[in-house]
Amino acid sequence: MSYIPTREEIIEDHDNVVYERTCLLTDNALSYCPGCGHGTAHRLIMEVIEEMNLQADTIGVAPVGCSVLAYDFMNIDMQQAAHGRAPAVATGIKRLYPNKFVFTYQGDGDLAAIGTGETLHACNRGENITVFFVNNGIYGMTGGQMAPTTLPNMKTATSPFGRDTETMGHPLKITELVSHLPGTYFVSRQSVHTPANVRKAKKAIEKAIQYQKLNKGLCFVEIVSNCNSGWKMTPLESNKWMEENMFPFYPLGDIKVPK
Amino acid sequence: MKDIRLMKGNEAIAEGVIRAGCDGYFGYPITPQSEVLEYLMATKTKERTGMITMQAESEIASIHMVYGGAAAGKRVMTSSSSPGISLMQEGISFMAGTELPCLLLNVVRGGPGLGTIQPSQSDYFQAVKGGGHGDYKMIVLAPASVQEMYDFAKLGFELAFKHRIQVMVLSDGAIGQMMEKVELDEQVPRWTDAEIVKMHPWATTGKTPDRERNIITSLDLNPVKQEIININLQKKFKHIEETEVRFERIMCDDAEYLFVAYGSSARICQKAVMLGRERGIKVGLLRPITLFPYPTHELAKLAKQVKGMLSVEMSAGQMVEDVRLSVNGAVPVEHYGRLGGIMPAPDEVLNVLENKFIKNKNYELHTH
Repeated sequence: MSYIPTREEIIEDHDNVVYERTCLLTDNALSYCPGCGHGTAHRLIMEVIEEMNLQADTIGVAPVGCSVLAYDFMNIDMQQAAHGRAPAVATGIKRLYPNKFVFTYQGDGDLAAIGTGETLHACNRGENITVFFVNNGIYGMTGGQMAPTTLPNMKTATSPFGRDTETMGHPLKITELVSHLPGTYFVSRQSVHTPANVRKAKKAIEKAIQYQKLNKGLCFVEIVSNCNSGWKMTPLESNKWMEENMFPFYPLGDIKVPK
Repeated sequence: MKDIRLMKGNEAIAEGVIRAGCDGYFGYPITPQSEVLEYLMATKTKERTGMITMQAESEIASIHMVYGGAAAGKRVMTSSSSPGISLMQEGISFMAGTELPCLLLNVVRGGPGLGTIQPSQSDYFQAVKGGGHGDYKMIVLAPASVQEMYDFAKLGFELAFKHRIQVMVLSDGAIGQMMEKVELDEQVPRWTDAEIVKMHPWATTGKTPDRERNIITSLDLNPVKQEIININLQKKFKHIEETEVRFERIMCDDAEYLFVAYGSSARICQKAVMLGRERGIKVGLLRPITLFPYPTHELAKLAKQVKGMLSVEMSAGQMVEDVRLSVNGAVPVEHYGRLGGIMPAPDEVLNVLENKFIKNKNYELHTH
């Protein structure tokens, strides 16, 4: 009978490794709630930057919101921006370092409420930056208040009886909006809640990073995500709710692709 | 041969930043300082030195573009006038919290609100006492001539990088718009990216294997650490107060009475000093060039010599508070100011000084 290696021996044998965490994620424990999509989104972006060997050329911009501490987890040079101003900050960096890879990572409140002006104008100018937009329809960090992307009738801390569109306005489809601007080159909406969606999201992230080298305009990837804490659901419930409610309003897929 | 030109104040500082090796200007038009952006665009900075000049969608975006460039170690600046500077306070506070160097220009107009487009000095508190949220100071330079508008571009960048601090040139609509001769100096070369990596190891230029990642942030949720950050900031401001005070003394040696004034008001008071001397009044002028750090010790010294000080400002009385703090009750300190874009005349301020300190009468303002 041939020798059967132990589990430990199998793990230690590097030839058997099929997957490793990217070295561009730090050892810091993520501050996100268990079940939240941010961690997966971080991992995918860092994996792609590592695979494209861009660490030394990357400058990231962290927003205000749950991902305000993104620089604790991403092992790259990063700037923390004021609420909503990440596209302006990234514009300043990219104009002065046109050969660097510059990206922002923003939530819905940051990108589509307080930073709408900076977002639209960076997109419209065709800044050669990449914007990653995590949309979970709520202000997570401040405790679950209504966001610009909160769905009609959705309950939040500041719309406790549901979002009344007559008095609280309508959810803003900012991704569709920026896709119509001549300055955007690639616009896509993805999710990271199933392995199949993670693979698709990674492909979109790869394109959004690769295309920046072409200097053809801004690349924009929305990731529709859950906020199980803010939505007051279990992670599984929140993913189901997202599929049933968020995806019909924010349909997944590429919205603008290069001709 | 000297390179001497006739220029507007706003054009002079624009030429000054190019020659100081500035890498990027981000701004938004507002009267009375739009010539800065216009001059930079017309002179094709990209072709001249490689400097980026960009018109942003707002003053808010401008200051955050400056933030991004400064955090990556570049010499960057913006300019605006009062209402626009109010909008920039968010970004300035973030730059204070992250200790980022930059040059800011405020060509002050009358306020509050939209106010007027005529010159004023009513943004002194905002510039000198902090402006945005949190405990911080900027170095504030007050030019009194078109030449100084030019000179303070280079000086401003030097001080900004020496102390990793925001430097504001606090000008006004008169200095910005008037034309005088300016002597230009040699072009300072822009830093190469390699020089920036070497000179500013804190800058976010891309993480290389030889160092840890660089993070520019003003956030620390641990109050113990946040207090230490603040204490260190205060130490820096104190050091600046001890080392960077600049002022000009005009006929102070034998003065019995003293004008204290900066910028346009100092120009008016300089003429008033000459008129006063003709009338036999021994009057001098102390002109603060840095408003932060303030020439506190110089005023305290002069308080032992003069019988009274008149702070002349185009405001309702802002700098006068710093004059009073400096002399600490040793001599009477009065204020005279015109508001809303009106500039006082030399004989007007001299009459005020004479009435208040010599004839002991209250000067009655005659408005037109």
